Amino acid sequence: MTQAPEQEAPPVPEGHVRLTIDGRTVDAPKGEILIRTCERLGIVVPRFCDHPLLEPAGACRQCLVEVEMGGRPMPKPQASCTMTVADGMVVKTQVTSAVADKAQQGVMELLLINHPLDCPICDKGGECPLQNQAMSSGRAESRFHEHKRTFEKPLPISDEVLLDRERCVLCQRCTRFSDQIAGDPFIELLERGAHQQIGTEETAWGAGEEFQSYFSGNTIQICPVGALTSASYRFRSRPFDLVSTPGQCEHCASGCSTRRDWRRGGVTRVLAGEEPTVNEEWLCDKGRFAFRYPASPQRVLQPMVREDGVLTPVPWVDALERAATLLAGARDGRGEPRTGEDGEELAPKRGVGVLPGGRLTVEDAYAYAKFARLALHTNDVDQRARAHSDEELDFLAGHVAGVAPSHVSYAHLEAARTVLCVAFDPEEESPIVFLRLRKAARHGTRVVHVGSWTTPAVVKTGGHLLAAVPGEEPAALADLPDDLAAALAAPGAVVLVGERAAEVPGLLTAVSELGARTGARIAWVPRRAGERGGVDAGALPTLLPGARRVDDADAREAVAAVWGVPSLPAAPGRDLTAMLTAARDGELAGLVLGGVELADLPDPDLARAALAEADVVISLEQVLSEVTEHADVVLPVAPAVNRSGTYRNWEGRDRPFATTIDPGQGGSGRVGGTAAVTLPDCRVLDSLAVEMDVDLFTQTPQAAAAELAELGTVAVTPSTPATRPSSPDVSDGTRLTSDDSSGPPLTGRVRLATWRQLIDGGALLAEETDLPGTARPPRLRVAAGTAERLGLVAGEPARLGDTLDLVVELADLPADVVWAPSHVPVPGGVVTLAGLGLGHGDLVDVAAPVAAAVAPVVAHGEPQ
Amino acid sequence: MSEPEEYRPDPLTPVLTRRWLLPESWTLRHYTELGGYEAMRQAFAMAPADLVSLVKDSGLRGRGGAGFPTGMKWSFIPQPKPGEEPTAATEDAPQFKPKYLVINADEGEPGTCKDTPLMMADPHSLIEGCIITAFAIRANFCAIYIRGEIVHAIRRLHFAVQEAYAAGHLGKDIHGSGFDLDIVVHAGAGAYICGEETALLDSLEGRRGQPRLKPPFPATAGLYAAPTVVNNVETIATVPSIVAGGKDWFRTMGRERSPGPKIYSLSGHVERPGQYEAPLGTTLRQLLEMAGGMKDGIPLKFWTPGGSSTPLFTDEHLDVPLDFEGAAEAGSMLGTTAVMIFNETVSVPWAVMKWTEFYEHESCGKCTPCREGNYWLAGILRRMNDGQGTEEDIDTLLDVCSNVLGRSFCALGDGAVSPITSGIKYFRQEFLDLCQAQPAATDRVLAGAH
Ligand SMILES: Cc1cc2nc3c(=O)[nH]c(=O)nc-3n(C[C@H](O)[C@H](O)[C@H](O)COP(=O)(O)O)c2cc1C
Ligand code: SF4
Ligand code: SF4
Ligand code: SF4
Ligand code: FES
Repeated sequence: MTQAPEQEAPPVPEGHVRLTIDGRTVDAPKGEILIRTCERLGIVVPRFCDHPLLEPAGACRQCLVEVEMGGRPMPKPQASCTMTVADGMVVKTQVTSAVADKAQQGVMELLLINHPLDCPICDKGGECPLQNQAMSSGRAESRFHEHKRTFEKPLPISDEVLLDRERCVLCQRCTRFSDQIAGDPFIELLERGAHQQIGTEETAWGAGEEFQSYFSGNTIQICPVGALTSASYRFRSRPFDLVSTPGQCEHCASGCSTRRDWRRGGVTRVLAGEEPTVNEEWLCDKGRFAFRYPASPQRVLQPMVREDGVLTPVPWVDALERAATLLAGARDGRGEPRTGEDGEELAPKRGVGVLPGGRLTVEDAYAYAKFARLALHTNDVDQRARAHSDEELDFLAGHVAGVAPSHVSYAHLEAARTVLCVAFDPEEESPIVFLRLRKAARHGTRVVHVGSWTTPAVVKTGGHLLAAVPGEEPAALADLPDDLAAALAAPGAVVLVGERAAEVPGLLTAVSELGARTGARIAWVPRRAGERGGVDAGALPTLLPGARRVDDADAREAVAAVWGVPSLPAAPGRDLTAMLTAARDGELAGLVLGGVELADLPDPDLARAALAEADVVISLEQVLSEVTEHADVVLPVAPAVNRSGTYRNWEGRDRPFATTIDPGQGGSGRVGGTAAVTLPDCRVLDSLAVEMDVDLFTQTPQAAAAELAELGTVAVTPSTPATRPSSPDVSDGTRLTSDDSSGPPLTGRVRLATWRQLIDGGALLAEETDLPGTARPPRLRVAAGTAERLGLVAGEPARLGDTLDLVVELADLPADVVWAPSHVPVPGGVVTLAGLGLGHGDLVDVAAPVAAAVAPVVAHGEPQ
Repeated sequence: MSEPEEYRPDPLTPVLTRRWLLPESWTLRHYTELGGYEAMRQAFAMAPADLVSLVKDSGLRGRGGAGFPTGMKWSFIPQPKPGEEPTAATEDAPQFKPKYLVINADEGEPGTCKDTPLMMADPHSLIEGCIITAFAIRANFCAIYIRGEIVHAIRRLHFAVQEAYAAGHLGKDIHGSGFDLDIVVHAGAGAYICGEETALLDSLEGRRGQPRLKPPFPATAGLYAAPTVVNNVETIATVPSIVAGGKDWFRTMGRERSPGPKIYSLSGHVERPGQYEAPLGTTLRQLLEMAGGMKDGIPLKFWTPGGSSTPLFTDEHLDVPLDFEGAAEAGSMLGTTAVMIFNETVSVPWAVMKWTEFYEHESCGKCTPCREGNYWLAGILRRMNDGQGTEEDIDTLLDVCSNVLGRSFCALGDGAVSPITSGIKYFRQEFLDLCQAQPAATDRVLAGAH
């Protein structure tokens, strides 16, 4: 981009301008901010407020440079972070201009006069832009003889984020982030002059709305000083005592790059990794702050087998041998013959089902898929530890399996004119997808949500809600407003569908038909980090690895050839519910479970009964759980930090990661205070298979990945419509307006809308004491008119079903519909609506609680 | 320093102030009796573009401090070309957005007292000016952003706006012209920075009043991101007289590049402080003559030509013509023609400290130089005035000033250092004398931690 002045200058490329910076000629794209052009030349202009992902502010004045335009020097030095390049501009930075250098020195001195001498106790010390730039552009001695400004410290902005106001350089990065990127203006500038400070509504007024943002932690990372610190990291470490290792977030299918900083066997903090194509430079608070679960006292660090009813630690060989024997017996039906109700002799239970759960790496999912087929001779494998359906299996085969990011990616979302979200609240279910949708919406994309109320995500992505009664979403899709249907038919339109679409019969088919009708591209956004990879790896009863269908003989043959076996089981497997039902009914003899939370399942009681009834339960787990309570053998597996692997995010993009902390590496590998080494699921399954005389060749994630790559993916046309006909009689999906009419008192039941919130007591939030404080309080939402008819009062509790009390909040739901979160954290655990037998679209009883009725389960969070 | 071009026999030119001394001068009746709202009718008969040219040719320059040519400002408002209709591609373009007129009635510059008495005594001249200006720039909405502390003026303006509505001068299809205009009077909440036009716009939109990044300039993206003209009260109140009297009449007053009359507000040690409307280019000597001379005959020591943000003048500057060029050539600025006059009894370091404390208090806090610089400067000046200063502090003051001037985000920071640099320039010895008060043996007081 630079050239020697003697040479004949080539023409300025189209869309560029030519300018001179410190005597060097450079071509820059039109509209580029000067400070970035300098960066490209390797000239570092000091700065504080500038951030490439935020709109320019020009507040700190640290980046001043001299500028000449059209041969005339501008009278004042200019902020290079707010000025766009222009043709013929001549720029002199501190490198060549004494004026710029003096201006920068002057601003630096002014920033420091009121800055405390906190460096030795400041979290930022050692990685602090203020420290660094004070060294490069500051004077060695102070000539400030007055009193420094002080503030009470720290000010808790939330349970997670603390603010030391006297360290703040008022660059407004944090406030601009919260306003522009997250859309949660939870902090603002207050006061003026030297009293100006960052504050909350509470600091301003003494009381205020409860802090709420799922993205607050980003402010800590972009703060150029140590003014914002996290409760979990504050005073814990110095940056230069930490090892920084790139990682991938294990918490959801957004697929964020992270940087894990760790020492002495434990992660001390997680930072966003820079990944322009995925998370840019952001993380949600769950990904940033939920990292202490591996240190849970519930961690399983040694293999255990049940002896006399008690789980007892044993050496690996013993545990593997026992598990192999039990599994082989169960698989072949070698258990006790059973007696029927009428005393007749029944065939012994037979077969083993595999429930890997949705949090696996691609390699692990592949190992489970292969283990089921080769070691257990079955297609009974289903990773979906959530509501699921056969319709969904067809949808996954037709629209998801094997689809690459070139179909729909983050970039497509940003470029789309129209995005339709179906059964998907992006902020709760895939936060970085939400940030990208918000970014798109701020630049003109119309993001429309098919849902039951105007959630914060709807508001922050432009406010377009297409209201639908829960259960009647398919009809709403079939009868879209004309302008929306036309917009979806325009090139680049995208339909994002969430995993909970499986809860509404006919919805995935309707999505598929909508895609066929309009040509809009469809992408499926599951919640868990492993689900997308699991689809491709074959951890489903009807799919083999590489988007091959079980019922396709050629596909089976191709896989069998690579696996070196004569044939694969041909009968499609049972899904999770069918397996659990079979186990409960005494047909299925055994179950192999990965990281599955019974409370997450569509019918937790069925699962409990199934585990109790099954002869053999083998659990591959990180922590003791409800599953391990029933397990005959527990095989410990490694958490994400102690292993390598690949997550495949919703786009179908591989997110490979290396081991952060290698437990094998002596003292630095201590986990939870022991020197135990845990292994990835794929390795454990490989060893277990060997005990069963089967070779999986998944000793390492690399080996598993190589074989999966060898298998490849069969050509997929993502828009292949689902095979199942659209579901019967869905009622007329009239578009609805919010219900604020009061009618006669409502005695009947109302329709339930429900989905999960981001921070709701999930398994990986264990050990986090501060994070739950930033969760959205669980509320029952209802329209004013319906509330009145049901006798509910805003701010007072309402009883959902028989036992669950939630505080009522009014929202714009359709008439006779209520919304509640699917998981409600309660002291000591979580209550799930599924556990209470309630699902999306069901009719439920809602009433003001009667005093002294059944002792209710009260969700945390007092009425406001 | 140049000699004034010419002296006029009677320097008073009551144009804006001509009704002020009438009883109940603020009423619509009196305003109308003296030819009020005639210029509006004349304007309605003209093409808006011709009005813009008229004001351009009259040479009217903004009275809010910076002296920007008013007609040129209006001509920056993007207007559709003749016959141009919005297309899908241009419907969001500025020329098809609504246009707004915003009147800056925040009058916060220390010593400035012209807009407030104008709105008290003759609010209809402002309202008529608003109607003509809005018609010229094709705005149908005008907001008058008025300083929140001057409750009496706010009430009077509200009353006048009501009267104007009742008389059909405001509202829909004004006097059959087909032109609609609504005026809203919006009271600020007491911040000097909200007089800065972009901070004013943010404040008017209900946000925190801090200056905006420019570009975009208000002419393309101002109030609610639509093309907006921001003008001072006095500027707009001058417009009806230009329409009525013509540009040549207007240019009979003042000087070539600074034509027209101007309200000088005289305060401090003069016999008759108050507002004196005289042609631009009038000197302090003339103004003092009109105002009855220095109070009690005590000699002049220093004065500001246009508020505290304009560098001080001394008795050497009595004959500087007070127009935009004259004040600048003499090393200061015309500012708001807020002439604050101080006699020999006043300590310059003390006055400078008081002004600096004002800027310390009023700095909006957005940018480092102004926020931290004024905090520091005020601290040093306080210490000096307490007899705890050292000679070195004078150098520090000047160096910090050089790090604030031209480094700040907006003109507040630039203006803030004017009293200090000019005070030391003309009265360094007084600062040195203060430092001598420090007992020789004591080291300087090091108040803060380093
Ligand atoms: C700190 C600051 C305060 C200002 N206060 C005022 C004010 O109170 N009234 C005013 O008319 N202009 C004020 N201005 C000038 C305005 O920004 C703007 O230039 C003016 O309103 C334009 O009107 P004019 O062209 O009619 O002068 C201020 C400028 C600054 C930088
Ligand atoms: S923010 Fe930086 S300069 Fe300030 S105390 Fe912390 S480490 Fe030191
Ligand atoms: S808290 Fe940090 S990010 Fe926020 S304004 Fe202060 S220095 Fe900037
Ligand atoms: S100079 Fe900076 S701090 Fe001062 S008022 Fe302007 S923007 Fe605010
Ligand atoms: S980085 Fe340019 S003004 Fe702050």
